Amino acid sequence: MLKIKELRASIDNKEILRGVNLELKAGEVHAIMGPNGSGKSTLASVLIGRDGYELSGSVEYEGQDLLALSPEERAAAGVFLAFQHPVEIPGVGNAYFMRTALNSLRRHRGQEELDAVDFLSLAQERMKLVEMDPTFMNRSVNEGFSGGEKKRNEIWQMAILEPKFAILDETDSGLDIDALRIVASGVNALRSEGRAMLVITHHQRLLDFIVPDYVHVMAAGQIVRSGDKNLALELEETGYAGLTPSLAQVGVAL
Amino acid sequence: MSAPTTTTSLISDEVRELANQEYQYGFVTDIETEVAPRGLNEEIIRLISAKKKEPEWLLEWRLKAYRHWLTLTPPTWQHVSYGPIDYQDIIYYADPRPKKQISSMDEVDPELREMFNKLGISLGEQERLSGVAVDAIVDSVSVATTFKDKLAKVGVIFCSFSEAVHEHPELVRKYLGSVVPYKDNFFATLNSAVFTDGSFCYIPKGVRCPMELSTYFRINAADTGQFERTLIIAEEGSYVSYLEGCTAPMRDKNQLHAAVVELVALDDAQIKYSTVQNWYPGDANGKGGIYNFVTKRGMASGRNSKISWTQVETGSAITWKYPGVILKGDNSVGEFYSVALTARRQQADTGSKMVHIGKNTKSTIISKGISAGHGQMTYRGLVDMRKSAVGARNFTQCDSLLIGKDCASNTFPYIEVKNQTGQVEHEASTSKIGEEQLLYCRQRGIPEEEAVSMIVNGFCREVFKMLPMEFAVEAQKLLTVSLEGSVG
Repeated sequence: MLKIKELRASIDNKEILRGVNLELKAGEVHAIMGPNGSGKSTLASVLIGRDGYELSGSVEYEGQDLLALSPEERAAAGVFLAFQHPVEIPGVGNAYFMRTALNSLRRHRGQEELDAVDFLSLAQERMKLVEMDPTFMNRSVNEGFSGGEKKRNEIWQMAILEPKFAILDETDSGLDIDALRIVASGVNALRSEGRAMLVITHHQRLLDFIVPDYVHVMAAGQIVRSGDKNLALELEETGYAGLTPSLAQVGVAL
Repeated sequence: MSAPTTTTSLISDEVRELANQEYQYGFVTDIETEVAPRGLNEEIIRLISAKKKEPEWLLEWRLKAYRHWLTLTPPTWQHVSYGPIDYQDIIYYADPRPKKQISSMDEVDPELREMFNKLGISLGEQERLSGVAVDAIVDSVSVATTFKDKLAKVGVIFCSFSEAVHEHPELVRKYLGSVVPYKDNFFATLNSAVFTDGSFCYIPKGVRCPMELSTYFRINAADTGQFERTLIIAEEGSYVSYLEGCTAPMRDKNQLHAAVVELVALDDAQIKYSTVQNWYPGDANGKGGIYNFVTKRGMASGRNSKISWTQVETGSAITWKYPGVILKGDNSVGEFYSVALTARRQQADTGSKMVHIGKNTKSTIISKGISAGHGQMTYRGLVDMRKSAVGARNFTQCDSLLIGKDCASNTFPYIEVKNQTGQVEHEASTSKIGEEQLLYCRQRGIPEEEAVSMIVNGFCREVFKMLPMEFAVEAQKLLTVSLEGSVG
């Protein structure tokens, strides 16, 4: 589904991604772990088309050149990002926002738009996945939401848009254990054969709840180790410092 | 932004249609028009007055205003720039009607009817769908007022200003200039000298006006100024909601619009006045467009009276207006809700004036300014609490939104409090449409232009919800059209 080859990204002449190689197949869940500043969030940003990066390398998504598409075209092609810091949009109702988004995608795919009634029942049903109160639909997008509510809202949006490829950027940050459980069970319910997920996290904790097929460790803009879920457990014991030899191998100074 | 050519293909049909329309009201209607010679002097004023068969006292009032105007110089304190206006090069009177008097709506000039159909305004009384009574004013003259009979049954007078001068001279004489005196300011004084028509509305004691009243202003003839005058009087315990809409053709030369609106609310009366102003804004290089220099003021003279101004200002090359309320009656309430947009090369200096005189008077100002393109937006507001205004309260909130990097926004709040018990709260914010907000919308699949329109409409929601339903929809569409091309 997704093939990233030698992806490099720099901003203001500072190279942040230094040759990332990664392949995801439909149905797989990959986790990317790594210390702060290792380039995890930049990778997410580049994949959704945030402006301002100088890029080289390639990203092939379902046979298309992903980097050539605008952010909304990527969304229409099924790419979704659960943001690390979802932004507030005052005065724009959450349900209205999502209906506009869903209908934009449907229009792009040549499907009929959903009317308000059909959308509402879909929205309500998907809210149950993340145990959100229906009143959230009438509130402005993310405005005055707590950290946990914002993250749940992201997963709710994902459940409505049903992406093929979802990136979860530090979805666990700032969540207490109960909220984490709710968010994770929402994500797990959305795992399916046709869907790939890239879970970016700092902590092994999230991976107790969302068990990945593969774990990659990123450091200094590269993927320095890959393995299965046991790699995450190993990291928990040794910490990222244990990676230094690998870093030396690829010739990067920390 | 990446790949702008591909993003446009995602814009909804409706948005594209609206966007392609640019300024959709820019047509000119070919109507036989009787015009006065260019220029301003006592003769012209006598001519206007004579054309309207006005009583002597009114002519005298006009002449007093004119003589006073000669002593004035145009204000220069506003934060807008434009070349000098040649007041001798303006036509002060243009009458689009055929000579013969019309006795029923069916006799309205078909060309005129067609023009209003194009504007989406029905003058036919048989079409009662909208339930809005309309007074249509073209150039200087009121051409049709609908639903008059139905309103007359409950005692509501709704007619053109000229008609009111003849039919209800005592009311006009009593209230004309009582809120905006003829010496008030340069443009109001000019208007007092040369005003040609406008709407008049009187709601008797205890009557809740059964429908929305609406005036539709249209400048059609070239090189004319439009100087209308509106007077609304709400007697004790009455209520009226009044709407005002404006459009003009696209012309290369600037045209002057200097209107005066006076509102009077007596004890327990309420007036809600809504404006959607969409005069021609000029082209992308700032050529042409309306100079909109307007004085609007309400006198909340009675106890517990209430006056609300709601405005959506998207048109005009220059906007200069400060709808205000004089809160004279104890416990009276004044409100101002405004959305003002400057795009292209538009300039606006607008805000509100709340003068607290009575005890426990309360005012609210919510202003949302949006600047895009090379737009210049200034909020200027005055909250004045006099010594007598014991327990007065004001809340002001001014929010500015900038789109792009060539526009600007300023806020000039003036606060004068002369008693110890007054409470004034002022909140202000300026934000840019964040790249972050746009990216968030686009990541969810919403095309860029639509995302901007959504964010802007969200920003204005507090004000839009104060508008009557059909106006709110129109206002949202207007913003979308006016913002076309502001991004990317």
